[in-house]
Amino acid sequence: MGTHLPSTEFDGTAVDDQREAEAEAVLGAPAEPMVQLLGPDGVMGQDPVFSEYASRIDAGKLRGFYADMAAIRRFDVEATALQRQGQLALWVPLTGQEAAQIGSGRASQPQDYIFPTYREHGVALTRNVDLAELLRQFRGVSNGGWNPKDTNFHLYTLVLAAQTPHAVGYAMGLQRDQKLAAANAAPDQPQEPKAAVMVYFGDGASSEGDVHESMVFASSYKAPVVFFCQNNHWAISVPSTVQTRVPLADRAKGYGFPGIRVDGNDVVAVHAVTEWALERARQGGGPVLIEAFTYRVGAHTTADDPTKYRGSDEEDQWRAKDPLERLEKYLRSQDLADDAFFAKVKADGDELAAYVRRTAHDLESPDIRTAFANTYAEAHPLVAEELAWFEEYSAGFADQPTAGGAGNHQAATDGAAN
Amino acid sequence: MTTMTIAKAINEGLRATLGNNPRTLLMGEDIGPLGGVYRVTDGLIAEFGPDRVVDTPLAESGIVGTAIGLALSGYLPVCEIQFDGFVFPGFNQITTQLAKMHSRSNGNLTVPVVIRIPYGGGIGSIEHHSESPEALFAHTAGLRIITPSNPHDAYWMIQQAVDCQDPVIVFEPKRRYWLKGEVDTESPGASADPFKAHVLREGTDATIVAYGPLVPVALAAANAAAEDGRNVEVIDLRSISPIDFDTVTASVQKTGRLIVAHEAPTFGGIGGEIAARISERAFHSLEAPVIRVGGFHMPYPVAKVEEDYLPDIDRILEALDRALSY
Repeated sequence: MGTHLPSTEFDGTAVDDQREAEAEAVLGAPAEPMVQLLGPDGVMGQDPVFSEYASRIDAGKLRGFYADMAAIRRFDVEATALQRQGQLALWVPLTGQEAAQIGSGRASQPQDYIFPTYREHGVALTRNVDLAELLRQFRGVSNGGWNPKDTNFHLYTLVLAAQTPHAVGYAMGLQRDQKLAAANAAPDQPQEPKAAVMVYFGDGASSEGDVHESMVFASSYKAPVVFFCQNNHWAISVPSTVQTRVPLADRAKGYGFPGIRVDGNDVVAVHAVTEWALERARQGGGPVLIEAFTYRVGAHTTADDPTKYRGSDEEDQWRAKDPLERLEKYLRSQDLADDAFFAKVKADGDELAAYVRRTAHDLESPDIRTAFANTYAEAHPLVAEELAWFEEYSAGFADQPTAGGAGNHQAATDGAAN
Repeated sequence: MTTMTIAKAINEGLRATLGNNPRTLLMGEDIGPLGGVYRVTDGLIAEFGPDRVVDTPLAESGIVGTAIGLALSGYLPVCEIQFDGFVFPGFNQITTQLAKMHSRSNGNLTVPVVIRIPYGGGIGSIEHHSESPEALFAHTAGLRIITPSNPHDAYWMIQQAVDCQDPVIVFEPKRRYWLKGEVDTESPGASADPFKAHVLREGTDATIVAYGPLVPVALAAANAAAEDGRNVEVIDLRSISPIDFDTVTASVQKTGRLIVAHEAPTFGGIGGEIAARISERAFHSLEAPVIRVGGFHMPYPVAKVEEDYLPDIDRILEALDRALSY
């Protein structure tokens, strides 16, 4: 294990004492203790505020959380395998962060709008995005892959934190929608359900200026937006102590809205805190920062090698806090789920994996003409001119057996221009 | 017809678009009660309220980024960047997000954001207040860039930018904000298409292409040349992306000589792009190389020497002499 700054570890469970002391010395304890309901031992605790929200989660919903987390973990394994087999250019694994994503995503309502970064496969599942479509970007057949209007789940954004001001702007739009609707509504007209926005980013992205500007805007206009930061402790190879010298949740205080650190491996607490924050935002209470304290158990991407910057002991400590294992313990101990349930979950996961594998193979390469067509929404003379040149050029290959049809031959990507 | 300045024409254009569409809104620094540092938004907050004329935090990336979000939620934001040299904190949002959203969503999303940027020099100002960064944006596919040179165009172009489904950057020639001219608020007339160049003066011996603040300079140069018996055509490019190459090509096919003038440095500039395209399209019509007149390859110089930097009538006439010497 190399020499590096201590990780931001505060919950006191299974962490090296010296490192904890180091981290405490550097960072101090968070202003409020981390919210945790379901501990790594599978025992449900209490919280003065959030137990009430947790009590809304019935057994069926809890089993659903488990099924979702298991499904997305199985999906993650399959997508990683697809990358290893050359079917995807890259994969961004989420393993370890299932509770943070399923718990928060399931707390959102259909009318809410979600801005993910690029690792939110679990949130995508909760928004009913076709998981095979999620692979388009990583297979290199689309820079997006789904229509955000269908699910209110925005496209992945790869420029770190660039989506955070989009979320605030969208929330500012919701505020204006409500005013316009109120001004135009008939007296007895039923109200549209109020909506909020939730935006995801990580501990690394928290250093980007866009996060700061977004929080300033959100606070100034009291925008209905929840900032959901998954602190997975590593920005590729750089530990979160390089990004922040205070607990990230505490930063919210500087902007004038609540910041809460929640155990990001505790799906119950994540759901409770997120539901509280979204309800508050929908009712006009303004923004909240949630820091989900979690861990990226795997690599940053399939191109990454964590053995170069962190030790397996740290990974083992976090595996002991696994979000699925603790929920399984709880479900079994409370007789809320039996072997048949877990067998069914596993079978469903394998079925999903088979579907994704089958569909990934069938994701067809687009015609470059779609790129010409989608550069602008309205007609554009330069695009039209270059497309016309391309058509003429491609037609010259029509009688060649290797051409494979206009748009697919090698010359199309050689950057030739008129 | 009403006589007004370019600044007033933009103000009236904004007033019209705010009045026409409840989803239009303005955002920027000091655009509320102050009316913007150039008073272009003067009086609009009183008329339309703070939800429609939004004084923002001092953060350009935040302005453009939240405008993108507002556009995604169905609004038509018009952002004011206070000065050309201050757009760069928002450059990431403009080039990586705004320009690409339609494309990366496979056409499912549109982001009809308008960004107004006062640009150019000649006002004796301090650092970062006199720049012409249009080429940096023109190089980015997905953006449209227009620049008015007179009040009538200013009045209509800002409204046309708001109506456009694509993101549009409107570069406003700040040293011409007080240039007066006739505005027909009833009809755009020949200015119906903001992306089309205008032939302002017909000629036969050479063509001068200019845009924004240099259009009056180009016209003055052509008038001076006329005294020497040279009949020079002047084109107001109006749109920097896309460029109306058809109008420029037709002119060069007639005159055989082309001078392109802009305040921005010539290296890697719009003039170079025009020169390359025209050499491809009208090679056999050209009697001389296309000559560029522009800023030097240096940071915009201090105000006391900006007259040596900015293209003026004499610099354009010198280029004309060179073109005619072939």
